[in-house]
Amino acid sequence: MTGEIAAILAMDGIASGAIYVLIGLGLVLIFAVTRVIFVPFGDIAAFTALTLASLETGGRPGTVGLVAVLAVLAMAVEATALVRNRAFHRLPRALLFYLVLPLVPAAAVWFAGGTTLSMPLRIVLSLALVLPIAPLLDRIVFRPIADASVLLLLTVAVALHFALSGLGLMFFGPEGVRTKPLTDTVFDIAGLIVNGQMLLILAASIVFCGLLFLYFEFTIQGKALRATAINRIGARLVGIRPTSTGTIAYLLASLLAGISGVLIAPVTTIFYDSGFLLGLKAFVGAIIGAMVSYPVTALGAVMVGLLESYTSFWLSAYKEVLVFSLLIPVLLWRSLSFAGSEEEEAEE
Amino acid sequence: MALLSIDQVSVGYDKVEAVRGVSLAIEPGQIVTVIGPNGAGKTTLLGAAIGLLPWRGRMSFDGIDLRRLDVEARIERGFCLVPETRELFGDLSVSDNLLLGGYSRRRDSAGLKQSLADVYGRFPRLNERRNQKASTLSGGERQMLALGRALMAKPRLLMLDEPSLGLAPIIVREVFRIIASLRELGVSILLVEQNARAALETADFGYVLETGEIVHSGAAADLMHDPRVTASYLGGHG
Amino acid sequence: MTRLQFHLVSAVGVLLLALAPALLSPFSITLLNFIGIYALAVLGLVLLSGIGGMLSFGQAAFVGIAAYATAWLTVKAGYSPWIGLVVGVVLTGLVAAILGAVTLRLGGHFLSLSTIAWGLATYFLFGNVPMLGQYNGISEIPPIAIGGYVLSSSNSIYYLIWVFLIVSLVLSANLLDSREGRAVRALRGGQVMTESLGINPFRVKLITFVIAALLSALSGWLYAHMSRFVSPAPFDVSVGILYLLMAMVGGMAYLSGAIVGAAVVTLLKNSIQDWLPVISPGASGQLEVIVFSVLFILLLQRARAGIVPFALRWLPRVQPMPPIASGSLAHRQQPERGQPILNVAGATRRFGGLVAVDNVSFEVKAGEILGLIGPNGAGKTTMFNLITGALPLNQGKISFLGQDISRRAQRQIARAGIARTFQHVKLRKTMTLLDTVLLGTYGRTHSGFFAGVLRLDRAEEARAQAEAMRQLQRVGLADRAFELAGNLPLGNQRLLEIARALAADPALLMLDEPAAGLRSAEKAELAHLLEALRAEGLSILLVEHDMDFVMGLVDRTVVMDFGAKLCEGTPAVVRSDPRVQEAYLGGVA
Repeated sequence: MTGEIAAILAMDGIASGAIYVLIGLGLVLIFAVTRVIFVPFGDIAAFTALTLASLETGGRPGTVGLVAVLAVLAMAVEATALVRNRAFHRLPRALLFYLVLPLVPAAAVWFAGGTTLSMPLRIVLSLALVLPIAPLLDRIVFRPIADASVLLLLTVAVALHFALSGLGLMFFGPEGVRTKPLTDTVFDIAGLIVNGQMLLILAASIVFCGLLFLYFEFTIQGKALRATAINRIGARLVGIRPTSTGTIAYLLASLLAGISGVLIAPVTTIFYDSGFLLGLKAFVGAIIGAMVSYPVTALGAVMVGLLESYTSFWLSAYKEVLVFSLLIPVLLWRSLSFAGSEEEEAEE
Repeated sequence: MALLSIDQVSVGYDKVEAVRGVSLAIEPGQIVTVIGPNGAGKTTLLGAAIGLLPWRGRMSFDGIDLRRLDVEARIERGFCLVPETRELFGDLSVSDNLLLGGYSRRRDSAGLKQSLADVYGRFPRLNERRNQKASTLSGGERQMLALGRALMAKPRLLMLDEPSLGLAPIIVREVFRIIASLRELGVSILLVEQNARAALETADFGYVLETGEIVHSGAAADLMHDPRVTASYLGGHG
Repeated sequence: MTRLQFHLVSAVGVLLLALAPALLSPFSITLLNFIGIYALAVLGLVLLSGIGGMLSFGQAAFVGIAAYATAWLTVKAGYSPWIGLVVGVVLTGLVAAILGAVTLRLGGHFLSLSTIAWGLATYFLFGNVPMLGQYNGISEIPPIAIGGYVLSSSNSIYYLIWVFLIVSLVLSANLLDSREGRAVRALRGGQVMTESLGINPFRVKLITFVIAALLSALSGWLYAHMSRFVSPAPFDVSVGILYLLMAMVGGMAYLSGAIVGAAVVTLLKNSIQDWLPVISPGASGQLEVIVFSVLFILLLQRARAGIVPFALRWLPRVQPMPPIASGSLAHRQQPERGQPILNVAGATRRFGGLVAVDNVSFEVKAGEILGLIGPNGAGKTTMFNLITGALPLNQGKISFLGQDISRRAQRQIARAGIARTFQHVKLRKTMTLLDTVLLGTYGRTHSGFFAGVLRLDRAEEARAQAEAMRQLQRVGLADRAFELAGNLPLGNQRLLEIARALAADPALLMLDEPAAGLRSAEKAELAHLLEALRAEGLSILLVEHDMDFVMGLVDRTVVMDFGAKLCEGTPAVVRSDPRVQEAYLGGVA
C-alpha cells in the first residue's frame, strides 16, 4: 500500500468516523438520560437520507406518512393517559406538542412535493420532518414502560427497529439512493486531493459536537439533562421531570441523526435497511466511550471508521465481521470498568 | 391552617407495612422532628410525603391534596426534601449542583443569583470549593451542599432526612446550628433524625416513631427528658 | 390432578402427535415440522434466557453453524447426514464454549449486546465465506436416512423432529429438577446469592450457554435436512429476535412455553401470510415484519409473562411428586462449646477517603449468639460483608476454624462452613420451599449436569431431600414444602432463608437484620428458633437494629460506631455504658 492510498483510506475512515461520531453521541445521549439503547437510531439517519433524496427528485417522501401515523398514535396514547388521570386541562397542550407541531413540517413537505426546492431548503425540511420521529416513538413505545429494566427496553428497541425497517421498505421501496454532493469543490493539500464533501462532513461534525458541548456546559437545560443522566432521583428532587428531559434528549439526538443522514447521503448509497448497520457501527464507538463519555465516544467512532476503511481495502468481504467481532473485546474491556453493576432480577 | 398535614397515612411495599396510620402536622414557621430507632420507617414516611413512594391516607400541603401533585410539582410549590442519601450530582461542580437546585425557579434569573449569593454566604466552605466536583467533597461538605441545593429552590417546607448521618460530632453541631438558623428565612422544617438529642434541642415539637407507628409526641423540651424515648432506642420495654 | 392423571393426559397427547400424519393434511404436517424445529431452538433460549437470565439475541447463529456444517459435509464432502449431526453438534458446542468463556463474565445488557455482536458477525461470515456458497448458500442437501429408510417426505421427518423435541423436553425437565438445574434456576437471584450458596455462577452459566447452543444445533441439523437448502437468511439476528418472541409469547420461564410459543407464532405467521395480501397486495412481505414487531412490542408492554403462566391459573394443579427423601447427608461435628471459631483481627476497609470499618477486632465462640449492633452508618453491614467475603479487606485478618479466610472468595468461605441470610430476602419466588432448601445442600452434594439430565443422581437426591425436609421441619415449615416461596409472608420467608442456610450444615450462621419488618409474633418465633439452634451447638452472628429483640437473645454484643468497635460485652453491660447511650441517642448538639 502506498502512502497515497493509506492517506486516502485514512481520509475515508475519518469521514465515516465523523458521521459515526454524530450517531454515537446521539445514542449515548439517549441512553444516559433514558436508559434506552435506542437501536432504531440508525434508521432515523437513513430515513433522513432517503427523505432528502426523495425531495431532490421532486417526489413526496414516505416519511410524511410515517410522521402522520406516529403523531396520531402518540396523541392517542397521551390523551388516554391524561383522561385516565382526569388531567383534562393538559389536553390542549398535548394536542399542540404531539399532533400539531410534528404535522407542520409534514404538511409543508407534502405541499412542497412536486416542486423543486433549493438545496438548503431541502436539507432544512428533511431535518424538520425527521425530528419528531424519535420523541413520538418514545411517547408511544418507551414511556409506558419507562421503569422497565434496561434489558427489556433493549428488546423493545430491537423489535422497534424491525418495525421501522419494514415501514421503511414500504414507504421508500427497495432501491438505494444517493443524493447530489453538498459541494463539488476539491482541494489540493500538500499533494493530496481532498474532497470538499469530506471536509464539510468533518467540519459539520466538529461544529455540532461543539454546539452540544456548549449546550451541556453553559445552559441550565443542558445541565439538567446531564443531571438526569447522573442521578434521576436527585433530578426529580430539584424539580426536573424525567419525561421532559427524555423528550429533549430524543429531540437533540434526532437532530444529530438527521444531520448524519444528510451528510452520508451523498457519500454512500443508502437503502431502507442501511440504518441498522450504521447504528451498530456507531454503537461500537459508543461502547468504547462506555456509554457515558462523549469525547471517548468520538474517538472510538473515528477508530471504527478507520478500521472499516482499512479492512475494506484488504478484506472487503469481511469488514463487517471484523467490526462486529471487535465489539466483543470492547464490551469486555468496558464492563471491567463498571465495578459491580447492580444485578437485575426479572419478575417473571 | 397547617402547612403540611399527614392524616392516617400508611406506606407499604414488598410484603412490609413500613408505616402504619401515622398522623402529624407542621405549622408555618415550626421545626418539627420525627425521631426513632433505625428501621422505624422514618425514611419511608418522607419518601411517601415527597411522592416517591405510594401511600394510603390523606396528605395535604398548603391546603392542596398531595394526590394531585407529582414530585416535581411539589418542588415547584416549595415543598422539598434532602434525602438520607443526599442524591447529589457527583460529576457536576458545586456551583452546578447549586444552580440546578434552583431549576424550578429558572425563569427568575435575578432571584437565582441572589439565592446563590445567600447560599455561599451561609456556607463559606462551598464558596471555596465552587468549581470542584461534588464527589470530591467530604461528608460534612456534601451535607452542606445538599442543604444549600435545597435552599436554592426557596422552599417553604423543607424535609431533612438524617442530616447527622455519618458526620463527626463537631460537624453535627454546625449542621444543626444552620438548621436552626433557617427559621429566620421563614422555612418550616420537618426533621427526621436518629440522633434524638440533637434533634430535640433544635426542634419545637417532636414525634417518636417506632416500627411504623407514632408512639409518643409532645413539645421537644418535654420529650428530651422522657425516659420512654430512651427505651425506644435502647430497648427495655420488657 | 393426580400424577397418574397427568401421565395419562401426556400419553394421550403423545399419541395424538404420533397419529397426526394420518389425521392432518401434508401442509399441516409441514407446519408442525417447522414448529418442532423452532421449538428446539426456543427450548434452548428458555433455559438460557428465561430461566438462566442471560438474554440472548444470537441463538440463530448456533442454528446456522450446525446447519452449514452438515450442509457442507453432506454436499461438498459427501459424508452421511449422521456424521453431519455429530460434527455440527460438536462444532457448535465448541464455538459456544469459546464465545461463552469470553462473554459470560459480562453482566446485564452488556451480555445481550455481545449476543447481537456475534450474531451479526456469524451472519456476515456465512454470507462471505466462499466455500459456504456466500449469499447463494448450499443447496441439494440430501435427506436423513435411518438404516435403509430415507426421510425425504415431511411425514417421515416429522417423527424424527418430534422425537428429538420430546426427548429434549424431558431431559431438560430432568435437568431443572436436579442439583445443577436448581443452580441454574438460582442464577437470577444474583451473583451474591448464588456465591453464598457455594455455587460457581460462571461455570453454571457457561454450561447452560453450551446446552442452549447444542439444542440450537439439533434444530439446525434438522432444518438443513428438511428444507434441503441453507443460506444466511434464516440465521440472521431478526430470526434470533423471532425466537425471543416465541419464548416470550409462550412464557419465558417455562419449558412448555417453547412449544406453545413456537406453535402460536408459526401459526400466526402463517395466517398473516394469508390475510395480508388481501388487505394490501404487493406490500405483504414488509407488512408481516411490521405486524410482528408491533405485536411483540405490545406483548412486552402489557403481557410479558406469556401464555403458559396465564393458562396455568385456569388449569388444575398437578400433585407434586412425593419427596423421595431417605437417608442423610454427612454432617459436621460442631466444635466444642466455648472454643473461638471466628477471629476478626484489625479488620479495616476503606472506600476512597471514608474508613467504613476501622481496625475492628472480636471473636465468636462456638455455641454462642453474638450480636453486632450500632447506629445507622456504623459499618455493621460492611463488617458483615468482609467476613462473608463479599468485600475484600484492606488490612487485618479474619480466620475461621483455624483457617485464614481473609483473602478467600465468597464461594469458598461458604463451603468452609459460614452460611448467611440477607437483609432483603434473596429467594427465588417461583421455587418451592423444598427446592429452595435443597439449594442450600449444593455444597454438600456432587451430581453434575450429566447425572442430572439422565437421572443418575437419584440416590444422592434422596439423601439431599431428606436433609432439606429435616431443615424445613426445624423451622416449622415442613407442611408447606411444596408451596412457592413467593407466597409466604415475610416472617416465613426469613425462616425459609434460615432453613436454606442450615441445609449447608454451617458451623457459623450469619444473619443480616433478620427481624426487620417482622411483627412481634414473628419475632418471637424467630427468637425461639435461634435459641433452639444455639442449644444444638450452632454458633450465630447477627446484625440487628431491634434492641428488644437482640438484647433478650444474644450472649454477647459488639457495638460499632463510625466504623470502630465501641465496646463489647453482655447486653446488660453494654446497655448501661454511657458511650453506647451517646452513640445511639446522639451527642449534645
